[in-house]
Amino acid sequence: MSMKATVRQVDSVTVVDVSGRITLGESCKELRDVIRGELGKGHKNILLNLADVTYIDSSGIGELVSAYTAVSNQGGKLKLLNLTKKVHDLLQITKLYTVFDVHDDEARAVSSFPTA
Amino acid sequence: MKPDASVTEVVLESKLENVEQAEEATRSVCAKLGFDEETVFHIEMAVHEAVINAIHHGNKEDPLKKVYIKFILLEETLEIHVQDEGPGFDPGKVPDPLAKENLLNISGRGIFLVRKFMDEFRVDSSPGKGTEVIMIKHVDSRIQSNQGGTGREHEGDSASG
Repeated sequence: MSMKATVRQVDSVTVVDVSGRITLGESCKELRDVIRGELGKGHKNILLNLADVTYIDSSGIGELVSAYTAVSNQGGKLKLLNLTKKVHDLLQITKLYTVFDVHDDEARAVSSFPTA
Repeated sequence: MKPDASVTEVVLESKLENVEQAEEATRSVCAKLGFDEETVFHIEMAVHEAVINAIHHGNKEDPLKKVYIKFILLEETLEIHVQDEGPGFDPGKVPDPLAKENLLNISGRGIFLVRKFMDEFRVDSSPGKGTEVIMIKHVDSRIQSNQGGTGREHEGDSASG
């Protein structure tokens, strides 16, 4: 199953619902394009909902880091929502769990972003 | 070949999408050994990373080059070989992805995950010979709460390409 990313706006936060596999190749590129596209529109508060991510590899993890850095460099915030156990464990193992602001409740995650 | 070994071989063209065939073969082999779901995922991920490296970094996605995967099943051990036809690489030159200065690097976590998820790891690489990654999972580890390998690893006569 390839990756799918759907964008919706909740208050001042852009929620990106990601599903499928985030692996080296097209899916990483697609995720990068979505994030860069939202930044291009001036959307700097981004919440990545990873609830339906079935698989992520080291390149996919790298893409999350890349997104985090790109948003931070624009003065924005990128946060993660609803990690599966596999993604959670991988972020722990790679010591990235403390880098990302991780949430498991969408409403709380949305309200944690700074308001404009 | 060791006696009583059961061997499964898979040959892949160097296309990224073919990594899913390697994952499927891994699940099929692991099913014979009774590893728990989490351990199967770890082995599958190690194979995924090794095969992606072979296709992308080793063979540079050249359709004329192949990736050779061999699963050697012994009673107490699952040994997996992933061989490419690339220029070779030196795993010792991969920076530590857990070092503070590397934490936000975009790449460099693949080999780290292979080492973490398997009990033993070795790379044989030399110019003109390609790279062979050899990974071992002990069957005993199926009953352990496995958050990674035992730390036992060997790096063979590696050379940068």
